[in-house]
Amino acid sequence: MAEQIIFYILAAIIAVFSVMAVTSTRLIRSALYLLFVLLATAGLYLLLGYHYLFAVQTAVYAGGIMVLFIFAILLTQKPGERITPEPLKQRVLAIVLSVAGIAFCGHIVYYNFNRVYSFVKEAELPTKQLGMTLMGTEKFQYLLPFESISILLLACIVGAIMIARKR
Amino acid sequence: MILNYSQPLELSKLTSWIDTALQSALPGFWVLFIELLLVGIALLAAYAVIAIILIYVERKVTAFFQARVGPNRVGKYGIFQTIADVLKILIKEIIQINRVDKFLFFTAPFFMVVASMLTFGVIPFGQGLQAIDFNIGVLYVTAVSSLGIIGVLLAGWSSNNKYSMIGAMRSGAQFVSYELSAGFALMTMVVLSGTMQLGEMVETQRYCWNIFNGHLASLVAFVIYLISGHAETNRGPFDLPEAESELTAGYHTEYSGLQFGFFYLAEYLNMFIIAAIAATVFLGGWMPVQIWGWDAFNQLMWYIPSYVWFFGKVGVLIFFSLWVRWSFPRLRIDQLLNLEWKYLLPINLVNILIMVLIVLSGLTLTDIFGK
Repeated sequence: MAEQIIFYILAAIIAVFSVMAVTSTRLIRSALYLLFVLLATAGLYLLLGYHYLFAVQTAVYAGGIMVLFIFAILLTQKPGERITPEPLKQRVLAIVLSVAGIAFCGHIVYYNFNRVYSFVKEAELPTKQLGMTLMGTEKFQYLLPFESISILLLACIVGAIMIARKR
Repeated sequence: MILNYSQPLELSKLTSWIDTALQSALPGFWVLFIELLLVGIALLAAYAVIAIILIYVERKVTAFFQARVGPNRVGKYGIFQTIADVLKILIKEIIQINRVDKFLFFTAPFFMVVASMLTFGVIPFGQGLQAIDFNIGVLYVTAVSSLGIIGVLLAGWSSNNKYSMIGAMRSGAQFVSYELSAGFALMTMVVLSGTMQLGEMVETQRYCWNIFNGHLASLVAFVIYLISGHAETNRGPFDLPEAESELTAGYHTEYSGLQFGFFYLAEYLNMFIIAAIAATVFLGGWMPVQIWGWDAFNQLMWYIPSYVWFFGKVGVLIFFSLWVRWSFPRLRIDQLLNLEWKYLLPINLVNILIMVLIVLSGLTLTDIFGK
């Protein structure tokens, strides 16, 4: 019962703040609401017993990406000023696109829900197993994808430095 | 291998007595509810009490470093000075500032407090005195403590004040860069002890603390962790986010009353948390000094309860932090960032490699000397 209560609280937080993040007219407040959504999602992982995912979600999104967002907003925009709303045509387009997105995701989630559910175990995932899965070369181990993503990230960093250093 | 040493003053007896008493009287849901409530209250109380003690200690120690007497009017040796200050801060007016973003302005201090409060859940204060023992303990600590910086950035911006803004930007840059070093230093120790669980980490250091176990690499990691931890708390030679002479008080200039109190509290508690994590990861946490085979000696050490050991080790590290704070002049921002990116980070990366080699080739002290 306790888990259900916590789930409903978290779900309400996610729903309310994601709407507020989109509708808020001040950029920096939107960023803060988005942070609340991400933290509540981390709470859901904690509820599932996926502690590693919880810590990574908190560290990467809350500690890394949100700080970057806030920095970027503070450095580029005038963060306190209200954003003028978009023209009606674009708003209608945005609504149509997002409804299409929801329908697409909903279809996938609805028809694969049972399959996902059988993967989600109640037991805690040991960190060692996670590490072995990421860094192993055997079947169902993912060293190659891991390393190729690392190379992609390295290329991104080098590219960013190149752009930043151009005088 | 739970030992048969008698531990007369251990608090785990009290907690297990409370548990059995509740179990016999109430259904399961309410037992859980009451216990969670008790743990929460205990942690909050510890939070407040530790902060009060730390503030008093800092003032006294600072005074001795500067050849002054320090607080000495309220009570004998001024021990009630901080309590008087706390009362004052509680009844002070919270000033409403014009033309600020009120919501962000009021939210910012909570981020600071929540970030340090969350860390309290995993700190092992003594044997059995740990609210929750995640199997990713070390990662959890680095993850939740990174939330505090959002509070700093929001506070600096929403104060609508140039000095606060500059302080917040400096603090952001400093925190993001030094967090990297602190995380890497902790990862070095994770390589050594083979686990991220703080409880298990303490258990593996029974006969040989991690700082000795990994000799060279451990020592480097320890020093780097202390430096970067010190920088993360915005204190000592790294206090340029709130450099009084340039920025009045940095990001919390506009705050007053309890809101300022939150920032103040979080700063001291962050110092405590850094010291506590360092003590747990490097110095054996609450584990008493144990020597393999010396049973009588070990028994004698166990008569001192584990929380005394823990707070003793933390106390030494905090004294160290104060010593550094009052011995070195403040760094400039470019020196600060140079120190991190050009020295600490490369040293750290090489250090992890050395640690991996030490562990793989069996050169840790426990490997060499058997136990």
